[in-house]
Amino acid sequence: MDYIIEMLNITKEFPGIKANDDVTLQLKKGEIHALLGENGAGKSTLMSVLFGLYQPEKGEIKVRGKKVQIDSPNDANELGIGMVHQHFKLVHNFTVAENIILGFEDTTYGFLEFDEPIQKIKELSNQYSLKVDVNSLISNISVGQQQRVEILKMLYRDAEILIFDEPTAVLTPQEIEEIMGIMKELAAEGKSIVLITHKLKEIKQVADRCSVLRKGKYIGTVDVADTSVEKMAEMMVGREVSFEIDKEAATPKETVLQVKNLSVFNELLQKDDVTDISFEVKKGEILCIGGIEGNGQTQLVEAITGLIEPSNGEIILNGEDITHNSIRKRNIAGVSHIPEDRHKYGLVLDYSLEKNLIFQTYFTPKFQKNGFLKFDAIRDNAKRLIKQFDIRSGKGATTMARSMSGGNQQKAIVAREIDRDTELLIAVQPTRGLDVGAIEYIHKQLIEQRDNDKAILLISLELEEVMNLSDRIIVMYEGENVGEFDPEKVTENELGLYMAGSKKKE
Amino acid sequence: MLAKLRLLTQKNLIGLITSFILFISIFILPGLLPAALIPALLGFIGLIGFGYLGYKTYLFLKENPEFKPSESTTLIKVSGSVIAIIAGLLFGLLMMLIVNPGQAFQGIVTIVSGGFRSIQAMGNMIYFSVPIILTGLSVAFAFRTGLFNIGATGQLTMGAFTAVFIGVRWGVLGEVSPTLHWIVALLGGAVAGAIWGAIPGLLKAYRNVHEVVATIMLNYVAMYLNTLLITNYIYNSDYARAMDIKTTAATPKWNLDLLFPRSSIGAGIVIALIVVIILHIILNKTTFGYELKSVGFNRDASKYAGMNSKRNLVYSMLISGAVAGLAGALMFLNLGKHLKPVNVLIPEGFTGIAIALLGLTSPIGVLLAGLFYGSLQQGGYFLQLLDYKPEIIDIIIAVIIYASALGLFLQKFVINTLKAREMQLERSKQNEALEGSDDE
Ligand SMILES: Nc1ncnc2c1ncn2[C@@H]1O[C@H](COP(=O)(O)OP(=O)(O)OP(=O)(O)O)[C@@H](O)[C@H]1O
Ligand SMILES: [Mg+2]
Repeated sequence: MDYIIEMLNITKEFPGIKANDDVTLQLKKGEIHALLGENGAGKSTLMSVLFGLYQPEKGEIKVRGKKVQIDSPNDANELGIGMVHQHFKLVHNFTVAENIILGFEDTTYGFLEFDEPIQKIKELSNQYSLKVDVNSLISNISVGQQQRVEILKMLYRDAEILIFDEPTAVLTPQEIEEIMGIMKELAAEGKSIVLITHKLKEIKQVADRCSVLRKGKYIGTVDVADTSVEKMAEMMVGREVSFEIDKEAATPKETVLQVKNLSVFNELLQKDDVTDISFEVKKGEILCIGGIEGNGQTQLVEAITGLIEPSNGEIILNGEDITHNSIRKRNIAGVSHIPEDRHKYGLVLDYSLEKNLIFQTYFTPKFQKNGFLKFDAIRDNAKRLIKQFDIRSGKGATTMARSMSGGNQQKAIVAREIDRDTELLIAVQPTRGLDVGAIEYIHKQLIEQRDNDKAILLISLELEEVMNLSDRIIVMYEGENVGEFDPEKVTENELGLYMAGSKKKE
Repeated sequence: MLAKLRLLTQKNLIGLITSFILFISIFILPGLLPAALIPALLGFIGLIGFGYLGYKTYLFLKENPEFKPSESTTLIKVSGSVIAIIAGLLFGLLMMLIVNPGQAFQGIVTIVSGGFRSIQAMGNMIYFSVPIILTGLSVAFAFRTGLFNIGATGQLTMGAFTAVFIGVRWGVLGEVSPTLHWIVALLGGAVAGAIWGAIPGLLKAYRNVHEVVATIMLNYVAMYLNTLLITNYIYNSDYARAMDIKTTAATPKWNLDLLFPRSSIGAGIVIALIVVIILHIILNKTTFGYELKSVGFNRDASKYAGMNSKRNLVYSMLISGAVAGLAGALMFLNLGKHLKPVNVLIPEGFTGIAIALLGLTSPIGVLLAGLFYGSLQQGGYFLQLLDYKPEIIDIIIAVIIYASALGLFLQKFVINTLKAREMQLERSKQNEALEGSDDE
């Protein structure tokens, strides 16, 4: 048999849940094998078992036909298994090179050897066109580059079996193209790849076969070439999923948010991140800010929500100048914010789900009396949102956020922010890491909010989402507003040109 | 309000009755009963206390029949600490084997049984543990909110001086009411500690000075300041130490000295218990604690949620300092205990760090860890009867404590063992079920 990896009848339990229930996965040498499943289906868990992070209760693993015991990531490394995690595992105040050699250091007389490794890293980075500056600190490079570092880390260890856990969730369309190309190249060289992704298009594009998990159970494996996207979605969710979004034309009313000549200065780079941006968001409309990652959208949102100080300009909410208000004041005045980085801003990972769901409302009379938390109300609130948004986890309201699957963490944040029901909702990449069913639901919710006369500011890197949801589009390039568009009247291609900076409206 | 009280009473009638019985037997009965009956009374108190704990456990298991030990984080943490303590004791044994092999085994038994050798030893164990519990709480509280307070020593010193100063100089208070005097002295100590804690808090919040640096520096400032202030204001040059406090400034005994005859125990442990309860409530039941902990876990997210992390930081250090200051006050508001103008950092502040870790930074954990420390100290005292030098004893105790603080790292091990046990049980159950069906 020419399977390079066989995971047979794997069962892995967590408190309150069987994350993997008798799952079998067989990986052929040189193939790209997609792993598909809803949020919380157990994909990351299965791969963590293969990578030695978890020990399964039942089942066995064979590598190159031989039964093996993988007790730690070190064992996995020795077997030639590498993994890029859903949430990167990099040391932020180390350089790129230090991160890559970490745990695999060469030493002479106890001193770290750098020249040779850096040479090797550079060769690898040229060979696969994975461009990074080996001397930059991780904290100073973009997520896209961090991704490349993670890949280089695997290649540096000469991994033959590569696991990618949602590598594209945080990338721009251009970067996605790049990484797809790299994966194909690696597979052509004889490396075997497991790819976890929620984007069926990507599976169609690169994968040879696809295995589907649902609620921890193994559903089946199909050849990607003769299976339609719809069929795969159905296998995974257990029902048909609609990819089309029906929405009525917007009926914008009064202005909720007005941004006037806003600039944000970057002290580190001594240049503007956001330059002189002005726009309005009205009740009953979804305004989308499109653009390639790193063109100032992040800073724009942070300035509006109060996380950073703008250097110039005004932010007006319902006629009131909130430019210098505290974040708490803005929250109360009616701003909710689905943040870009769910682990940095969105959640306290060491708090339970129910406590995370009252993150901006714990001080309101609903959840507190005389300074004491009302635990019953908090529990009820959590139960309601868990049900409404289908947030899946081992122990429901009391699950630690840290132990929830990435997609379900995201759902929790989205649920919390939509439920706050404020006049303005700022949604940054709201569906990042969600499965198709969940995306469908969240999109419906956003449109419902709009129809209830809420103003929505959407920031998304995904052109499809932008085109489907928005009523108006503004494209940002290098911190500037390079044009406003009507999604009905513009093509994806044309938007792409503006985003890349090759065209600009006056 | 009344209805609510009634509801609470109904809900936990047994708990209420138990508390009442305990209160009477601890604070009232010792004054009434003849000394001969005291040991019996102690036994009775233990019986009631442990009986109640057992009853609660039974209730809990009845309500949660599905309870799996491997899924209880508290249980895992506790067993991690217990294993760590055992490991610590083994290290201690090793030390003793090296120093004095002949008496090592006898020695380790002496140390472990230290606090329970006699009623007097038990009282002293509690007495010794009071300042350690409080400094442990001080460090743990700051730790929970993401701050590393190395300055418990300095805060304790300032608290101690202020309390002693009030105890020596404000005798008028004692003439008004004897209770007033020691309470004011105690509060004075807490306030001084709070101020000394707030300084690094303010520096961190508004000047971005790391609290570790600031607290360490302030330890030395407090140490020298203490010497200066004692010699200038309350110096007893005959003995080269601070003057005696007025008797009204000494913390009362509340009959505890009758319950544990000939020991130094006093109201300190009651005050420490109250602080444990208050901190537990702040951390776990209030919006204030919710904020403090989120800032400790994730500063960025707390900012996003609109919490005022600067203000919280100052409050957190303020409370932490107040608790350490209280520790200082309780240490020296005892007749026969004297502050000395010597330039030495008071060690209880540093021991508090280890105790905070051993207690897994939870108030109740710190209480237990502090009592453990008190017991070791008693054991160390008895060890002198064998052939061990006091310095060696201190080293042994230190080894045990610090090895035990490694408990944090043993949790994973505990989880795995528990899980393995449960899986085995389940399998054998399944097998039985299978065999059972075969028989039919
Ligand atoms: N360390 C853990 N402790 C407890 N439960 C866990 C842990 N890791 C995962 N789980 C639970 O196991 C289930 C599967 O999680 P997993 O992360 O494998 O999902 P996933 O398929 O990767 O989902 P997603 O697409 O959202 O990333 C989830 O319900 C999750 O709550
Ligand atoms: Mg996952």
